Amino acid sequence: MLEVLRTIVRRDLLLALRRRSDVATALLFFIIVASLFPLGIGAEPNQLRAIAPGVIWVAALLSSMLSLGRLFAGDYADGTLEQIMLGAAPLGVVVAAKAFAHWLVSGLPLVLIAPLIALQYDVAPPLYGVLALSLLLGTPVLSIIGGIGAALTLGLRGGGVLLSLLVLPLYVPVLVLGAGSVDVAAAGLASDGQLLLLAALLVIAAAFAPWATAAALRISLE
Amino acid sequence: MLEAAGLECERGGRTLFRALSFALRNGESLRIAGPNGSGKTSLLRILCGLLTPSEGEVRWNGTRIQGLAEEYTRRLVYLGHAAALKDELTPLENLDVASRLAGAQIQPDALRWALSTLAVPDLPVRKLSQGQRRRAALARLLLSESAPLWLLDEPFAALDAGASSFVEELIARHVSAGGSVAYTTHQPSGLDAAARVIQL
Repeated sequence: MLEVLRTIVRRDLLLALRRRSDVATALLFFIIVASLFPLGIGAEPNQLRAIAPGVIWVAALLSSMLSLGRLFAGDYADGTLEQIMLGAAPLGVVVAAKAFAHWLVSGLPLVLIAPLIALQYDVAPPLYGVLALSLLLGTPVLSIIGGIGAALTLGLRGGGVLLSLLVLPLYVPVLVLGAGSVDVAAAGLASDGQLLLLAALLVIAAAFAPWATAAALRISLE
Repeated sequence: MLEAAGLECERGGRTLFRALSFALRNGESLRIAGPNGSGKTSLLRILCGLLTPSEGEVRWNGTRIQGLAEEYTRRLVYLGHAAALKDELTPLENLDVASRLAGAQIQPDALRWALSTLAVPDLPVRKLSQGQRRRAALARLLLSESAPLWLLDEPFAALDAGASSFVEELIARHVSAGGSVAYTTHQPSGLDAAARVIQL
């Protein structure tokens, strides 16, 4: 089972490496969306500081959405998904591996680049750590929960829009806790509570969402 | 032994077949025949467990396949319409991933031998012709001799005469070694004489 997990993660990373433009578009989208706000709102430092956590988090949600449609679409189109379902490992395990690979490619770069974006908003340097940590805990939840939507909309025409309608409401708790943790830290309070809740969300999502995704995939493949 | 009991399949509001029962014993082959759209692929997918029949059930050695899950799928090889190859990877990488997903650890030498036996060039799959893709997919059969049940959807499609007769031979050898094969095809092949036929 671990072998299958490793195989899937390695294969998806190799595919991402050979299709680098897919990875680059999601990351550039994040950078551009987050950079548009200071340009549109104007360079009033207090205002920018106040909206920074929310804007960065919303941009992260949208950027994660952007690549979700491809999570299973390729495997579905070329028949690999059927072979995965007939494979030696339970489908839920494979789904978890795919979500992890998706996060490595689409979530982790956001975590690493977020402090640079925060610089544009004149966020105080001590908050960079909280922002990065909240993204580190929150973005995997986006990949895991997003998998359910990606599986449900598999093979549908115009599935991309439907996917956002299905998944974005599910992202609300992550957004509230993620942006909230930075806000709280900016007010000089301890943000442990929000971060621990995010970690709890991650654990719960990782335990249950892959099985829901697996069930959705079985329905989509019938 | 694979048993189908009273299978009924409905796709898009149309009943493709009903009350279909048969048994496939070890060392037997079964040809699923019928015109386009008669449900040959659906039947194979039902036999794999990818599709749930609207009536009836499929049993492997007496147990329903839904209850067996991985216990059952580990014993079968299914080659579908789509070749299940990634365009960005080479045939070797594809075959390596496919065999690992199926739960087998196969040495790189064996993978290379299977691909060179079928004369698959070492290029990204994107650059291969239709027939070469098919050969790359069929290379899995060479490495799956130990799986007792082969379910093959149009194994001869897009193959030239040489490759077709090679695959025929491969299937015949599998059957004579005690394996069972169910396949669909439109082309007459050397296997037809020995195979039982289900007409849909």
